[in-house]
Amino acid sequence: MSGDGVKLTRPDGLRLDGRADGEMRPLAIEAGTLRNADGSALVEWGKNKVFAAVYGPREAKPRHLQNPMRANVNVSYNMAAFSVEDRVKPGGPGRRSIEISKIVGEALSNVVFAEQFPRASIDIYIEVLQASAGTRCAGLVAASVALADAGIPMSDLLPACAAGKIDGRVVLDLSKEEDNFGQADLPMAIVPKTGEIVLLQMDGHLTPEELERAMEMGASACKKIHELQKDALRRRYAAEAIMSGDAEVGQ
Amino acid sequence: MTENERMLVIPGDDVTEPGMKAGTGTYKRDGKVFASVPGMKNVRSGYVNVAPLAGRYMPRPGDSVIGIIEEMGPSSWYVDINAPYNAPLHVSEAPWKVDFGETAQFLRVGDVILAKVLGVDELKRTNLTMKEHGLRKLAGGTILVIPHSKVPRVIGRGGAMIGLLKQETGCRMFVGQNGRIWVEGEVEAMAKVEKAVAMVSSGGQRDGLEESVRGLLASGMGDSNER
Repeated sequence: MSGDGVKLTRPDGLRLDGRADGEMRPLAIEAGTLRNADGSALVEWGKNKVFAAVYGPREAKPRHLQNPMRANVNVSYNMAAFSVEDRVKPGGPGRRSIEISKIVGEALSNVVFAEQFPRASIDIYIEVLQASAGTRCAGLVAASVALADAGIPMSDLLPACAAGKIDGRVVLDLSKEEDNFGQADLPMAIVPKTGEIVLLQMDGHLTPEELERAMEMGASACKKIHELQKDALRRRYAAEAIMSGDAEVGQ
Repeated sequence: MTENERMLVIPGDDVTEPGMKAGTGTYKRDGKVFASVPGMKNVRSGYVNVAPLAGRYMPRPGDSVIGIIEEMGPSSWYVDINAPYNAPLHVSEAPWKVDFGETAQFLRVGDVILAKVLGVDELKRTNLTMKEHGLRKLAGGTILVIPHSKVPRVIGRGGAMIGLLKQETGCRMFVGQNGRIWVEGEVEAMAKVEKAVAMVSSGGQRDGLEESVRGLLASGMGDSNER
Protein backbone atom coordinates (compact mmCIF):
# COMPACT_ATOMS: atom_id res chain seq x y z
CA MET A 1 0.00 0.00 0.00
CA SER A 2 2.59 2.57 -0.93
CA GLY A 3 1.39 4.86 -3.64
CA ASP A 4 4.90 5.80 -4.77
CA GLY A 5 5.14 6.66 -8.39
CA VAL A 6 2.29 4.53 -9.74
CA LYS A 7 -0.44 6.54 -11.44
CA LEU A 8 -3.87 4.96 -10.99
CA THR A 9 -5.77 7.72 -12.74
CA ARG A 10 -6.05 8.26 -16.48
CA PRO A 11 -5.57 11.66 -18.08
CA ASP A 12 -9.35 11.96 -18.47
CA GLY A 13 -9.78 11.65 -14.69
CA LEU A 14 -11.27 8.15 -14.75
CA ARG A 15 -9.68 5.11 -13.13
CA LEU A 16 -7.43 2.72 -15.08
CA ASP A 17 -10.32 0.43 -16.00
CA GLY A 18 -12.46 3.40 -17.03
CA ARG A 19 -14.65 3.56 -13.93
CA ALA A 20 -15.74 6.70 -12.11
CA ASP A 21 -14.79 7.01 -8.44
CA GLY A 22 -18.12 5.81 -7.11
CA GLU A 23 -18.57 3.04 -9.68
CA MET A 24 -18.53 -0.68 -8.90
CA ARG A 25 -17.19 -3.42 -11.14
CA PRO A 26 -19.93 -5.42 -12.90
CA LEU A 27 -21.46 -7.98 -10.53
CA ALA A 28 -23.46 -11.09 -11.44
CA ILE A 29 -24.91 -13.51 -8.89
CA GLU A 30 -26.46 -16.89 -9.53
CA ALA A 31 -28.06 -19.05 -6.84
CA GLY A 32 -28.29 -22.85 -6.82
CA THR A 33 -25.26 -23.61 -9.00
CA LEU A 34 -23.95 -26.74 -7.26
CA ARG A 35 -25.98 -29.92 -7.16
CA ASN A 36 -24.41 -31.74 -4.22
CA ALA A 37 -24.63 -28.84 -1.79
CA ASP A 38 -27.73 -27.98 0.24
CA GLY A 39 -27.35 -24.44 -1.03
CA SER A 40 -24.92 -22.69 -3.34
CA ALA A 41 -24.14 -19.54 -5.26
CA LEU A 42 -21.72 -18.26 -7.87
CA VAL A 43 -20.55 -14.67 -7.81
CA GLU A 44 -18.73 -13.06 -10.71
CA TRP A 45 -17.53 -9.63 -9.75
CA GLY A 46 -15.17 -7.97 -12.18
CA LYS A 47 -12.51 -10.61 -12.73
CA ASN A 48 -13.37 -12.40 -9.47
CA LYS A 49 -15.11 -15.73 -9.70
CA VAL A 50 -16.21 -17.21 -6.39
CA PHE A 51 -18.35 -20.23 -5.50
CA ALA A 52 -20.01 -20.71 -2.14
CA ALA A 53 -21.49 -24.03 -1.00
CA VAL A 54 -23.51 -24.60 2.17
CA TYR A 55 -24.01 -27.94 3.91
CA GLY A 56 -26.31 -28.41 6.85
CA PRO A 57 -27.64 -27.89 9.36
CA ARG A 58 -26.13 -31.25 10.26
CA GLU A 59 -24.98 -32.79 13.50
CA ALA A 60 -21.75 -31.10 14.58
CA LYS A 61 -18.78 -33.45 14.65
CA PRO A 62 -16.69 -34.18 16.66
CA ARG A 63 -19.32 -34.17 19.35
CA HIS A 64 -17.37 -32.16 21.90
CA LEU A 65 -17.74 -29.18 19.56
CA GLN A 66 -21.54 -29.34 19.76
CA ASN A 67 -23.16 -26.34 21.37
CA PRO A 68 -26.45 -27.19 23.10
CA MET A 69 -27.68 -23.63 22.58
CA ARG A 70 -27.01 -23.00 18.92
CA ALA A 71 -25.49 -24.24 15.70
CA ASN A 72 -21.85 -23.56 14.86
CA VAL A 73 -21.43 -21.49 11.73
CA ASN A 74 -18.17 -22.65 10.14
CA VAL A 75 -16.67 -20.96 7.13
CA SER A 76 -13.81 -22.32 5.11
CA TYR A 77 -12.34 -19.86 2.62
CA ASN A 78 -9.96 -21.24 0.06
CA MET A 79 -8.22 -19.90 -3.01
CA ALA A 80 -7.63 -22.31 -5.85
CA ALA A 81 -3.96 -22.75 -6.73
CA PHE A 82 -4.66 -21.24 -10.13
CA SER A 83 -6.74 -18.31 -8.88
CA VAL A 84 -3.89 -15.80 -9.01
CA GLU A 85 -1.06 -15.21 -11.41
CA ASP A 86 1.70 -16.51 -9.16
CA ARG A 87 0.22 -19.72 -7.80
CA VAL A 88 -1.09 -19.76 -4.25
CA LYS A 89 1.47 -21.13 -1.80
CA PRO A 90 0.59 -24.79 -1.23
CA GLY A 91 0.20 -26.44 2.15
CA GLY A 92 -3.16 -25.94 3.75
CA PRO A 93 -4.91 -22.74 4.71
CA GLY A 94 -2.53 -19.87 5.35
CA ARG A 95 -2.73 -16.99 7.78
CA ARG A 96 -4.86 -14.96 5.37
CA SER A 97 -7.36 -17.75 4.61
CA ILE A 98 -7.85 -18.50 8.28
CA GLU A 99 -8.48 -14.83 8.99
CA ILE A 100 -11.04 -14.48 6.20
CA SER A 101 -12.83 -17.68 7.27
CA LYS A 102 -13.11 -16.30 10.78
CA ILE A 103 -14.38 -12.81 9.93
CA VAL A 104 -16.83 -14.02 7.29
CA GLY A 105 -18.22 -16.62 9.72
CA GLU A 106 -18.60 -14.01 12.44
CA ALA A 107 -20.34 -11.61 10.05
CA LEU A 108 -22.80 -14.30 8.96
CA SER A 109 -23.50 -15.36 12.55
CA ASN A 110 -25.21 -11.98 12.99
CA VAL A 111 -27.98 -12.83 10.54
CA VAL A 112 -28.34 -16.63 10.83
CA PHE A 113 -30.88 -17.91 13.37
CA ALA A 114 -28.39 -20.47 14.67
CA GLU A 115 -30.35 -21.00 17.90
CA GLN A 116 -32.98 -22.92 15.90
CA PHE A 117 -30.49 -25.75 15.37
CA PRO A 118 -28.86 -26.70 18.67
CA ARG A 119 -25.99 -29.20 18.48
CA ALA A 120 -25.72 -28.72 14.70
CA SER A 121 -23.17 -27.17 12.41
CA ILE A 122 -23.73 -25.12 9.30
CA ASP A 123 -20.72 -25.52 7.06
CA ILE A 124 -19.98 -22.91 4.43
CA TYR A 125 -17.26 -23.38 1.85
CA ILE A 126 -16.01 -20.44 -0.17
CA GLU A 127 -13.89 -21.38 -3.15
CA VAL A 128 -12.15 -18.64 -5.08
CA LEU A 129 -11.56 -19.82 -8.64
CA GLN A 130 -10.28 -16.52 -9.94
CA ALA A 131 -9.11 -13.67 -7.76
CA SER A 132 -8.73 -10.00 -8.54
CA ALA A 133 -9.07 -7.97 -5.31
CA GLY A 134 -12.16 -7.99 -3.14
CA THR A 135 -12.55 -11.75 -2.78
CA ARG A 136 -13.55 -11.59 0.88
CA CYS A 137 -16.47 -9.37 -0.07
CA ALA A 138 -17.33 -11.53 -3.07
CA GLY A 139 -17.12 -14.61 -0.83
CA LEU A 140 -19.43 -13.09 1.76
CA VAL A 141 -21.94 -12.02 -0.89
CA ALA A 142 -21.92 -15.56 -2.32
CA ALA A 143 -22.09 -17.21 1.09
CA SER A 144 -25.16 -15.30 2.20
CA VAL A 145 -27.02 -16.13 -1.01
CA ALA A 146 -25.98 -19.78 -0.63
CA LEU A 147 -27.24 -19.83 2.97
CA ALA A 148 -30.63 -18.54 1.87
CA ASP A 149 -30.63 -21.06 -0.97
CA ALA A 150 -30.03 -23.82 1.59
CA GLY A 151 -33.19 -22.72 3.37
CA ILE A 152 -31.36 -21.77 6.54
CA PRO A 153 -33.42 -19.21 8.47
CA MET A 154 -31.79 -15.80 8.50
CA SER A 155 -32.94 -12.29 9.28
CA ASP A 156 -31.47 -10.70 6.18
CA LEU A 157 -29.00 -11.19 3.35
CA LEU A 158 -25.55 -9.72 3.83
CA PRO A 159 -24.10 -7.56 1.08
CA ALA A 160 -20.44 -6.55 1.22
CA CYS A 161 -18.24 -4.17 -0.72
CA ALA A 162 -14.88 -2.45 -0.35
CA ALA A 163 -14.02 1.20 -0.68
CA GLY A 164 -10.49 2.63 -0.65
CA LYS A 165 -8.16 5.40 -1.57
CA ILE A 166 -6.09 5.84 -4.72
CA ASP A 167 -4.10 8.87 -5.83
CA GLY A 168 -5.48 10.76 -2.83
CA ARG A 169 -9.14 10.13 -3.75
CA VAL A 170 -11.72 7.92 -2.07
CA VAL A 171 -13.06 5.37 -4.54
CA LEU A 172 -15.35 2.35 -4.52
CA ASP A 173 -14.52 -1.32 -5.11
CA LEU A 174 -10.76 -1.40 -5.70
CA SER A 175 -9.38 -3.37 -8.64
CA LYS A 176 -6.25 -5.49 -8.36
CA GLU A 177 -3.92 -2.65 -9.38
CA GLU A 178 -5.65 -0.17 -7.11
CA ASP A 179 -5.46 -2.61 -4.21
CA ASN A 180 -1.74 -3.22 -4.79
CA PHE A 181 -0.65 0.36 -5.44
CA GLY A 182 -3.37 2.42 -3.75
CA GLN A 183 -3.22 3.98 -0.32
CA ALA A 184 -6.06 2.21 1.52
CA ASP A 185 -8.54 -0.65 1.25
CA LEU A 186 -11.67 -0.79 3.40
CA PRO A 187 -13.87 -3.88 3.00
CA MET A 188 -17.19 -3.72 4.82
CA ALA A 189 -20.48 -5.59 5.17
CA ILE A 190 -23.75 -4.22 6.49
CA VAL A 191 -27.13 -5.63 7.44
CA PRO A 192 -29.41 -3.79 5.00
CA LYS A 193 -32.44 -3.78 7.27
CA THR A 194 -30.74 -2.16 10.26
CA GLY A 195 -27.60 -0.60 8.84
CA GLU A 196 -25.48 -2.54 11.36
CA ILE A 197 -21.86 -2.97 10.31
CA VAL A 198 -20.86 -6.62 10.70
CA LEU A 199 -17.52 -6.51 8.93
CA LEU A 200 -15.08 -3.63 8.70
CA GLN A 201 -11.37 -3.89 8.08
CA MET A 202 -8.82 -1.38 6.95
CA ASP A 203 -5.49 -1.79 5.26
CA GLY A 204 -3.54 1.45 4.69
CA HIS A 205 -4.17 4.99 5.83
CA LEU A 206 -7.28 7.19 5.77
CA THR A 207 -8.04 10.44 7.55
CA PRO A 208 -11.21 10.44 9.67
CA GLU A 209 -13.00 12.41 6.94
CA GLU A 210 -11.88 9.99 4.26
CA LEU A 211 -12.95 7.04 6.39
CA GLU A 212 -16.40 8.53 6.76
CA ARG A 213 -16.64 9.17 3.01
CA ALA A 214 -15.43 5.64 2.22
CA MET A 215 -17.95 4.09 4.59
CA GLU A 216 -20.78 6.07 3.03
CA MET A 217 -19.69 4.86 -0.42
CA GLY A 218 -19.47 1.28 0.76
CA ALA A 219 -22.85 1.42 2.45
CA SER A 220 -24.60 2.76 -0.63
CA ALA A 221 -22.91 0.08 -2.78
CA CYS A 222 -24.12 -2.56 -0.33
CA LYS A 223 -27.71 -1.45 -0.98
CA LYS A 224 -27.26 -2.08 -4.72
CA ILE A 225 -25.60 -5.43 -4.08
CA HIS A 226 -28.47 -6.41 -1.79
CA GLU A 227 -30.90 -5.88 -4.68
CA LEU A 228 -28.78 -8.16 -6.91
CA GLN A 229 -28.73 -10.83 -4.18
CA LYS A 230 -32.51 -10.71 -3.87
CA ASP A 231 -32.86 -10.89 -7.67
CA ALA A 232 -30.66 -13.99 -7.81
CA LEU A 233 -32.81 -15.78 -5.21
CA ARG A 234 -36.07 -14.73 -6.88
CA ARG A 235 -34.81 -16.11 -10.21
CA ARG A 236 -33.79 -19.35 -8.51
CA TYR A 237 -37.21 -19.93 -6.96
CA ALA A 238 -39.48 -18.39 -9.59
CA ALA A 239 -40.08 -21.72 -11.35
CA GLU A 240 -40.79 -23.54 -8.11
CA ALA A 241 -43.12 -20.83 -6.94
CA ILE A 242 -45.52 -21.50 -9.80
CA MET A 243 -46.02 -25.09 -8.80
CA SER A 244 -46.46 -24.86 -5.06
CA GLY A 245 -50.10 -23.91 -5.16
CA ASP A 246 -51.22 -27.42 -4.27
CA ALA A 247 -53.06 -28.34 -1.15
CA GLU A 248 -51.18 -29.35 1.93
CA VAL A 249 -52.84 -32.54 3.08
CA GLY A 250 -51.98 -35.81 4.75
CA GLN A 251 -52.07 -39.20 3.14
CA MET B 1 -53.83 -10.49 0.84
CA THR B 2 -56.59 -13.07 0.90
CA GLU B 3 -56.44 -16.54 2.42
CA ASN B 4 -55.76 -18.27 -0.87
CA GLU B 5 -53.26 -15.88 -2.39
CA ARG B 6 -49.62 -16.98 -2.32
CA MET B 7 -46.49 -15.02 -2.96
CA LEU B 8 -42.80 -15.84 -3.34
CA VAL B 9 -40.70 -14.23 -0.61
CA ILE B 10 -37.01 -14.42 0.34
CA PRO B 11 -35.27 -13.83 3.69
CA GLY B 12 -35.72 -10.28 4.91
CA ASP B 13 -38.90 -9.55 2.92
CA ASP B 14 -41.61 -7.73 4.83
CA VAL B 15 -44.61 -10.06 5.19
CA THR B 16 -46.50 -8.00 7.75
CA GLU B 17 -50.28 -8.37 7.64
CA PRO B 18 -52.37 -6.20 9.94
CA GLY B 19 -53.58 -8.13 12.96
CA MET B 20 -51.73 -11.34 12.02
CA LYS B 21 -49.17 -13.06 14.20
CA ALA B 22 -45.74 -14.29 13.07
CA GLY B 23 -45.99 -17.97 12.07
CA THR B 24 -43.49 -20.50 10.71
CA GLY B 25 -40.67 -19.31 8.46
CA THR B 26 -40.90 -15.77 9.80
CA TYR B 27 -39.53 -13.58 12.57
CA LYS B 28 -40.72 -10.46 14.31
CA ARG B 29 -38.75 -7.25 14.70
CA ASP B 30 -39.93 -3.77 15.68
CA GLY B 31 -43.58 -4.79 15.41
CA LYS B 32 -43.16 -6.04 11.85
CA VAL B 33 -43.02 -9.55 10.47
CA PHE B 34 -40.30 -10.65 8.02
CA ALA B 35 -39.60 -13.84 6.11
CA SER B 36 -36.61 -15.87 7.31
CA VAL B 37 -36.51 -18.47 4.52
CA PRO B 38 -37.24 -18.46 0.78
CA GLY B 39 -40.78 -19.73 0.34
CA MET B 40 -44.43 -19.01 -0.29
CA LYS B 41 -46.17 -16.55 1.97
CA ASN B 42 -49.59 -17.58 3.16
CA VAL B 43 -52.06 -16.31 5.71
CA ARG B 44 -53.97 -18.85 7.75
CA SER B 45 -56.04 -18.66 10.94
CA GLY B 46 -54.46 -15.54 12.34
CA TYR B 47 -50.86 -16.30 11.37
CA VAL B 48 -48.59 -15.22 8.54
CA ASN B 49 -46.48 -18.20 7.47
CA VAL B 50 -43.79 -18.80 4.91
CA ALA B 51 -43.90 -22.36 3.56
CA PRO B 52 -40.22 -23.04 2.78
CA LEU B 53 -39.08 -23.96 -0.72
CA ALA B 54 -35.69 -25.13 0.54
CA GLY B 55 -34.06 -26.47 3.66
CA ARG B 56 -33.61 -29.62 5.65
CA TYR B 57 -36.56 -31.58 6.97
CA MET B 58 -37.19 -30.69 10.61
CA PRO B 59 -39.22 -33.34 12.46
CA ARG B 60 -42.53 -32.37 14.03
CA PRO B 61 -44.57 -34.53 16.41
CA GLY B 62 -47.05 -36.67 14.50
CA ASP B 63 -45.13 -36.78 11.21
CA SER B 64 -44.89 -40.20 9.62
CA VAL B 65 -41.36 -40.67 8.38
CA ILE B 66 -39.34 -43.29 6.55
CA GLY B 67 -36.18 -44.02 8.49
CA ILE B 68 -33.05 -46.07 7.95
CA ILE B 69 -31.44 -47.78 10.93
CA GLU B 70 -28.01 -46.24 11.40
CA GLU B 71 -26.84 -47.58 14.75
CA MET B 72 -27.94 -50.09 17.38
CA GLY B 73 -27.75 -49.90 21.14
CA PRO B 74 -28.79 -52.49 23.74
CA SER B 75 -32.18 -50.86 24.21
CA SER B 76 -32.71 -48.61 21.23
CA TRP B 77 -32.02 -48.11 17.57
CA TYR B 78 -30.73 -44.85 16.13
CA VAL B 79 -32.54 -43.93 12.97
CA ASP B 80 -31.55 -41.64 10.12
CA ILE B 81 -34.73 -39.73 9.29
CA ASN B 82 -33.22 -37.34 6.74
CA ALA B 83 -33.09 -34.58 9.38
CA PRO B 84 -30.05 -32.79 10.83
CA TYR B 85 -30.05 -35.21 13.75
CA ASN B 86 -30.68 -38.94 13.96
CA ALA B 87 -33.55 -40.11 16.12
CA PRO B 88 -33.64 -42.87 18.74
CA LEU B 89 -36.33 -45.54 18.60
CA HIS B 90 -36.55 -47.11 22.04
CA VAL B 91 -37.48 -50.79 22.34
CA SER B 92 -40.52 -49.78 24.39
CA GLU B 93 -41.80 -48.01 21.28
CA ALA B 94 -41.19 -51.00 19.01
CA PRO B 95 -44.10 -53.30 18.12
CA TRP B 96 -42.25 -56.35 19.46
CA LYS B 97 -41.18 -57.57 22.86
CA VAL B 98 -37.42 -57.02 22.75
CA ASP B 99 -35.13 -58.33 25.48
CA PHE B 100 -32.27 -56.11 26.63
CA GLY B 101 -29.38 -56.41 24.18
CA GLU B 102 -31.46 -58.25 21.60
CA THR B 103 -32.25 -55.27 19.36
CA ALA B 104 -30.35 -56.84 16.46
CA GLN B 105 -32.88 -59.68 16.36
CA PHE B 106 -35.52 -57.29 15.07
CA LEU B 107 -33.90 -54.44 13.16
CA ARG B 108 -30.39 -54.25 11.79
CA VAL B 109 -28.30 -51.43 10.39
CA GLY B 110 -29.64 -50.52 6.95
CA ASP B 111 -33.18 -51.73 7.58
CA VAL B 112 -35.96 -49.39 6.55
CA ILE B 113 -38.89 -48.56 8.81
CA LEU B 114 -42.08 -46.58 8.67
CA ALA B 115 -42.27 -44.71 11.98
CA LYS B 116 -43.97 -41.77 13.57
CA VAL B 117 -42.38 -38.82 15.37
CA LEU B 118 -43.44 -38.99 19.01
CA GLY B 119 -41.88 -35.81 20.24
CA VAL B 120 -39.15 -33.25 19.71
CA ASP B 121 -37.61 -31.41 22.65
CA GLU B 122 -35.92 -28.01 22.73
CA LEU B 123 -32.56 -29.61 21.97
CA LYS B 124 -34.20 -31.11 18.87
CA ARG B 125 -33.81 -34.60 20.27
CA THR B 126 -36.41 -36.59 18.41
CA ASN B 127 -38.17 -39.73 19.62
CA LEU B 128 -39.82 -42.17 17.27
CA THR B 129 -42.53 -44.77 17.74
CA MET B 130 -43.61 -47.83 15.77
CA LYS B 131 -46.50 -48.72 18.03
CA GLU B 132 -49.30 -47.19 16.02
CA HIS B 133 -51.36 -49.02 13.45
CA GLY B 134 -49.61 -49.44 10.10
CA LEU B 135 -46.12 -48.60 11.33
CA ARG B 136 -43.68 -51.37 10.53
CA LYS B 137 -40.45 -52.53 8.99
CA LEU B 138 -40.42 -52.05 5.22
CA ALA B 139 -38.78 -55.07 3.60
CA GLY B 140 -37.68 -54.99 -0.02
CA GLY B 141 -38.62 -52.19 -2.37
CA THR B 142 -36.65 -49.06 -3.02
CA ILE B 143 -36.46 -45.54 -1.63
CA LEU B 144 -36.84 -42.37 -3.65
CA VAL B 145 -35.72 -39.08 -2.15
CA ILE B 146 -37.36 -35.74 -2.93
CA PRO B 147 -37.15 -32.35 -1.23
CA HIS B 148 -39.48 -32.50 1.77
CA SER B 149 -41.19 -29.33 0.59
CA LYS B 150 -42.50 -31.30 -2.41
CA VAL B 151 -44.15 -34.02 -0.32
CA PRO B 152 -47.63 -32.43 -0.37
CA ARG B 153 -47.40 -32.30 -4.13
CA VAL B 154 -46.59 -36.00 -4.47
CA ILE B 155 -49.48 -36.83 -2.17
CA GLY B 156 -51.81 -34.51 -4.05
CA ARG B 157 -55.13 -33.05 -3.04
CA GLY B 158 -56.77 -35.47 -0.66
CA GLY B 159 -54.23 -38.13 -1.69
CA ALA B 160 -55.17 -37.90 -5.37
CA MET B 161 -51.66 -38.11 -6.81
CA ILE B 162 -50.38 -40.95 -4.66
CA GLY B 163 -53.66 -42.80 -5.28
CA LEU B 164 -53.19 -42.43 -9.02
CA LEU B 165 -49.61 -43.72 -8.85
CA LYS B 166 -50.58 -46.76 -6.79
CA GLN B 167 -53.58 -47.55 -8.92
CA GLU B 168 -51.91 -47.20 -12.30
CA THR B 169 -48.70 -49.09 -11.47
CA GLY B 170 -49.88 -51.58 -8.86
CA CYS B 171 -46.98 -50.60 -6.63
CA ARG B 172 -47.18 -50.37 -2.86
CA MET B 173 -46.03 -46.97 -1.70
CA PHE B 174 -45.49 -44.95 1.46
CA VAL B 175 -44.61 -41.27 1.45
CA GLY B 176 -42.79 -39.98 4.53
CA GLN B 177 -43.07 -36.34 5.55
CA ASN B 178 -39.26 -36.35 5.54
CA GLY B 179 -39.06 -36.53 1.74
CA ARG B 180 -38.48 -40.27 1.42
CA ILE B 181 -40.80 -42.41 -0.64
CA TRP B 182 -40.79 -46.18 -0.32
CA VAL B 183 -41.92 -48.08 -3.41
CA GLU B 184 -42.31 -51.79 -3.96
CA GLY B 185 -43.64 -53.57 -7.03
CA GLU B 186 -42.70 -54.89 -10.46
CA VAL B 187 -39.32 -53.65 -11.66
CA GLU B 188 -40.82 -51.82 -14.62
CA ALA B 189 -43.63 -50.38 -12.55
CA MET B 190 -41.13 -49.08 -10.02
CA ALA B 191 -39.20 -47.39 -12.81
CA LYS B 192 -42.43 -45.72 -13.89
CA VAL B 193 -43.11 -44.49 -10.39
CA GLU B 194 -39.61 -43.11 -10.15
CA LYS B 195 -40.08 -41.16 -13.37
CA ALA B 196 -43.50 -39.91 -12.33
CA VAL B 197 -42.25 -38.82 -8.91
CA ALA B 198 -39.35 -36.95 -10.53
CA MET B 199 -41.84 -35.22 -12.80
CA VAL B 200 -44.21 -34.30 -9.99
CA SER B 201 -41.50 -33.02 -7.67
CA SER B 202 -39.47 -31.03 -10.18
CA GLY B 203 -41.90 -29.86 -12.85
CA GLY B 204 -42.60 -26.17 -13.13
CA GLN B 205 -46.11 -26.71 -14.40
CA ARG B 206 -49.20 -26.62 -12.30
CA ASP B 207 -52.21 -27.19 -14.50
CA GLY B 208 -52.81 -30.56 -16.09
CA LEU B 209 -50.13 -32.27 -14.00
CA GLU B 210 -52.38 -35.20 -13.29
CA GLU B 211 -52.99 -35.65 -17.02
CA SER B 212 -49.24 -35.61 -17.77
CA VAL B 213 -48.62 -38.20 -15.07
CA ARG B 214 -51.41 -40.35 -16.44
CA GLY B 215 -49.84 -40.08 -19.89
CA LEU B 216 -46.41 -41.02 -18.55
CA LEU B 217 -47.76 -44.03 -16.68
CA ALA B 218 -49.81 -45.24 -19.65
CA SER B 219 -46.95 -45.11 -22.15
CA GLY B 220 -45.49 -48.56 -22.75
CA MET B 221 -47.30 -50.13 -19.83
CA GLY B 222 -49.28 -52.48 -22.09
CA ASP B 223 -47.65 -55.85 -21.37
CA SER B 224 -46.30 -55.44 -17.87
CA ASN B 225 -49.45 -54.03 -16.35
CA GLU B 226 -50.90 -56.89 -14.35
CA ARG B 227 -52.27 -55.79 -11.08
